[in-house]
Amino acid sequence: MNLAARRRALSHFVVVLCGVAVLVALLPLVLVFFYVLRQGITALNWDFFTKMPKPVGEAGGGMANAVVGTLILIAIASAVAVPVGLIAGTYLSEYGRKPFASLARFTADVLNGIPSIVIGIFAYGLAVMPVRRFSAIAGGLALGFMMIPIITRTTEELLNLVPSSLREGALALGATRARAAFSVMLPAALPGIMTGILVALSRIAGETAPLLFTAFNNRFFSTRLTQPIASLPVQVYTYAISPYEDWHRQAWAGALVLVGVIFSFSVLARVVTKRLERMHAR
Amino acid sequence: MSSPSPGRRSADDRLFRLGTGFFALLVVLLVAGIAFELFRTSRLSIDKFGWAFWRTKVWDPVAGEFGALPFLWGTLYSSFLALLISTPIALGIAIFLSELSPRSLRTPLAFLTELLAAVPSIVYGLWGIFVLVPVVRSLETSLPEWLRKTPLFSGPPVGVGMLSAALILAVMVIPFTSSVAREVLRAVPPTQREAAYALGATRWEAIQAALRYGRTGIIGAVILGLGRAIGETMAVTMVIGNNPQVSLSLFAPQYTMAAVIANEFTEAADDLYLSALVEIGLVLFVVTLMINILSRLLIWRVSRQVRVRTPKAEPLSTAREAA
Repeated sequence: MNLAARRRALSHFVVVLCGVAVLVALLPLVLVFFYVLRQGITALNWDFFTKMPKPVGEAGGGMANAVVGTLILIAIASAVAVPVGLIAGTYLSEYGRKPFASLARFTADVLNGIPSIVIGIFAYGLAVMPVRRFSAIAGGLALGFMMIPIITRTTEELLNLVPSSLREGALALGATRARAAFSVMLPAALPGIMTGILVALSRIAGETAPLLFTAFNNRFFSTRLTQPIASLPVQVYTYAISPYEDWHRQAWAGALVLVGVIFSFSVLARVVTKRLERMHAR
Repeated sequence: MSSPSPGRRSADDRLFRLGTGFFALLVVLLVAGIAFELFRTSRLSIDKFGWAFWRTKVWDPVAGEFGALPFLWGTLYSSFLALLISTPIALGIAIFLSELSPRSLRTPLAFLTELLAAVPSIVYGLWGIFVLVPVVRSLETSLPEWLRKTPLFSGPPVGVGMLSAALILAVMVIPFTSSVAREVLRAVPPTQREAAYALGATRWEAIQAALRYGRTGIIGAVILGLGRAIGETMAVTMVIGNNPQVSLSLFAPQYTMAAVIANEFTEAADDLYLSALVEIGLVLFVVTLMINILSRLLIWRVSRQVRVRTPKAEPLSTAREAA
């Protein structure tokens, strides 16, 4: 084989390899999806959402407490993260060129890469250690801290997409900057920002590590914010590493619920983003 | 709306800047607070053990002996193996999606690979326990005897262990590395490839030119993946076997820093035990912090070089990448 042919052959070979890499990466996705669906669907029924866990040995029961617990934790996390993220994102978009804005932006990105378990330790020190009790608040805080950087950065990016002529128009009409930002820019970017919040929620909905020692777990039904609370991910974890067949089934059902919610959030976010992009491109 | 006087207005604007700036400050304070809190709680352990903490192997909470070397080793080894597996695959995906794929396939494929990152760690762990570990176990038992004698494959083939952990980690890291690498490749000016083609380069040679141009960013993408691997907790905890030992063997059940925190934090009855665990968390924090700063600087350098062509759209995917 002469050199040119060899080069061409190598080129073709690499092209094929790259295609194979895509397939190799999609394989686990398909497999995880397949198993979660297959194992989960047999265990998932209405009881899962409405019944409490049964004691070991008794078949049946559900995760009503964990479903409600997860909703409560997500609500607390959103209550913390949405206002902070929205306003911090507004600042970054309005005053993005200031050195402090660069620092805050950089910090938000870095915060995003900090392991969730470390954030859990922080929430433990902040909300568990002083009162010596695991609580829903501590768990919600941990999840909220994880959401803040995501919401901050999405808000900033989506505000930047809004044509600045809108802001200039508002300012020309005599509006203050605050008025222009909150009554003109933010509403214009709102659909996208809502999607950003969805993305942030889907990131934390399945988080387990930071809840282990903040929200802890609870075999009973609880809505008290100052008490330990059950959550779907922690319950899935507890059941998965247990030796009981029936609990394994329920763990798969829990995983199916988590994956279902998270995937539909992701797809929804994707669809809305695409639509927004097309709108702004026009 | 009555127009406020110019003086009022500039006062309002300043209030707005300071007010919103305060919330941006909160983000900065959050990271500072994490650092402070971790340092404060781990002081006890740091003062008592010093550097020996990271050089000794005995982890015996009952006797009050804390040596974190096995966890450090487990984290480094599993992350290294995961990168070894994930980097070629992730780069292959990035190249395929940015250089080779037909336009119509590009978006759906990118979305699918990004979905890999959306699957929660706990679900990977569950799948790992019941699907991957049995497969790995049968793989291990079918390994020829002479190979089993080498240090890389010594020990009983139990399935749970370093190999399972590395595989799961690799899967979890791929979407992060590939999406950043893809963004970097997209930021490389087309003139680089065109010049290569003009000189008679093959497709692969043109791609190499693009890779070379964006190499700092590519390295940044890989390092970003490393940060993910180091901090990953649940999936690893569920398949690595949680046995503190320093071993080269892929079959050996081992332990990682994140896993020991997840498993033992609620059991840490005395202050020293808790402090030792928090010290492990502190090191996780510092290491991932540095890795993130480094990778971001590398990626920024590339994207700044070619700011002109950096796509403005796709806010959510960039937000996810920042993740």
